Amino acid sequence: MEQPNLNYINELSGESLDFKSKIIAILKRELPEEIEMYKNHIQNDANSLAADMVHKLKHKISILGLEKSYYLAEEFENGLKNNSLQLQPQFENILASMIEFVESL
Amino acid sequence: MNCIIIDDEDLARAILAKMISNHPKINILADFSNAMQAIKFLNQNQVDLIFLDIHMPDFTGFDFIQTIKNPPKVILVTSDKNFAFEAFEYDCIVDYLVKPITEERFDKAIQKLKSAKAPVKVSSNSNEESIPPDTINEFYVNIDRRLIKIEVSTVLVVEAKGDYILIKTETKNYTVHSTLKKIEDKLPDDLFLKVHRSFIINTKKIIDIEDNSVLIAKDVIPVSRSNRPELMKRLNLL
Repeated sequence: MEQPNLNYINELSGESLDFKSKIIAILKRELPEEIEMYKNHIQNDANSLAADMVHKLKHKISILGLEKSYYLAEEFENGLKNNSLQLQPQFENILASMIEFVESL
Repeated sequence: MNCIIIDDEDLARAILAKMISNHPKINILADFSNAMQAIKFLNQNQVDLIFLDIHMPDFTGFDFIQTIKNPPKVILVTSDKNFAFEAFEYDCIVDYLVKPITEERFDKAIQKLKSAKAPVKVSSNSNEESIPPDTINEFYVNIDRRLIKIEVSTVLVVEAKGDYILIKTETKNYTVHSTLKKIEDKLPDDLFLKVHRSFIINTKKIIDIEDNSVLIAKDVIPVSRSNRPELMKRLNLL
């Protein structure tokens, strides 16, 4: 399975460790919040709202260098708009690997 | 140049702020996580540029642009590639950045910004900058994600049809997702006239006129009572 990385954040930060710390701090705060919102929407069968959260999470997926996962998320987002949860397990595996990675930073 | 950032994601705002900081001539006045706060700010402050997310919970970026009377220049920022063609329909949109943004792509957007003309302002004040419609010889419409050129002089009639307009030209008809008001602003006043709430006609293409209708090509177009005097004024009556 594809693994998250900091390549994009490192490139963006350059020499600025302050900026890198700031971005990581935002990720540590914002990612679990967004995942929780996504899960709430799924639990409540609010698929359209869940699709909005998947859309928002796609940015973080790409920031963590998960290129293939991004396309899966995009497919899942479109599926949710048509009430299809087919890719839910794979998508949630991606979220789990992101959370594990971000918590380790 | 004063700018604001509107994006519901903290991470996106932080990354944009970092990229903007590499351009000393651009000053960030404020950033907003929702469009409603930004509207209030725009009413009270001079803003030259907006970095605008399309996909937000309360408003889409396009709804936001339509809400502001005279939008400043806008650089769209989005995770969605599918709105690029819609973006072409707005004069104020300078560029369209897909997340995650690279610095190289961001810098290119700033270069585009420098060469972009000031947005066309919709205003009743004639001193304000605008492109006179009579200088426009053609316009483009977005059909099935293709931008198709239509020569103004070939347009016969434009008809409102719900959320769409039907543009009839000498050679072809086009159904476009737009409003009569939008196309009315694009067409030259000396040639085109709104004769009914659902119809704009090219007055040079009129074949004949009856009491409440005009014939253009093979189409009989209704003329409302309130618009008839203006139509009669345009005619070179013997």
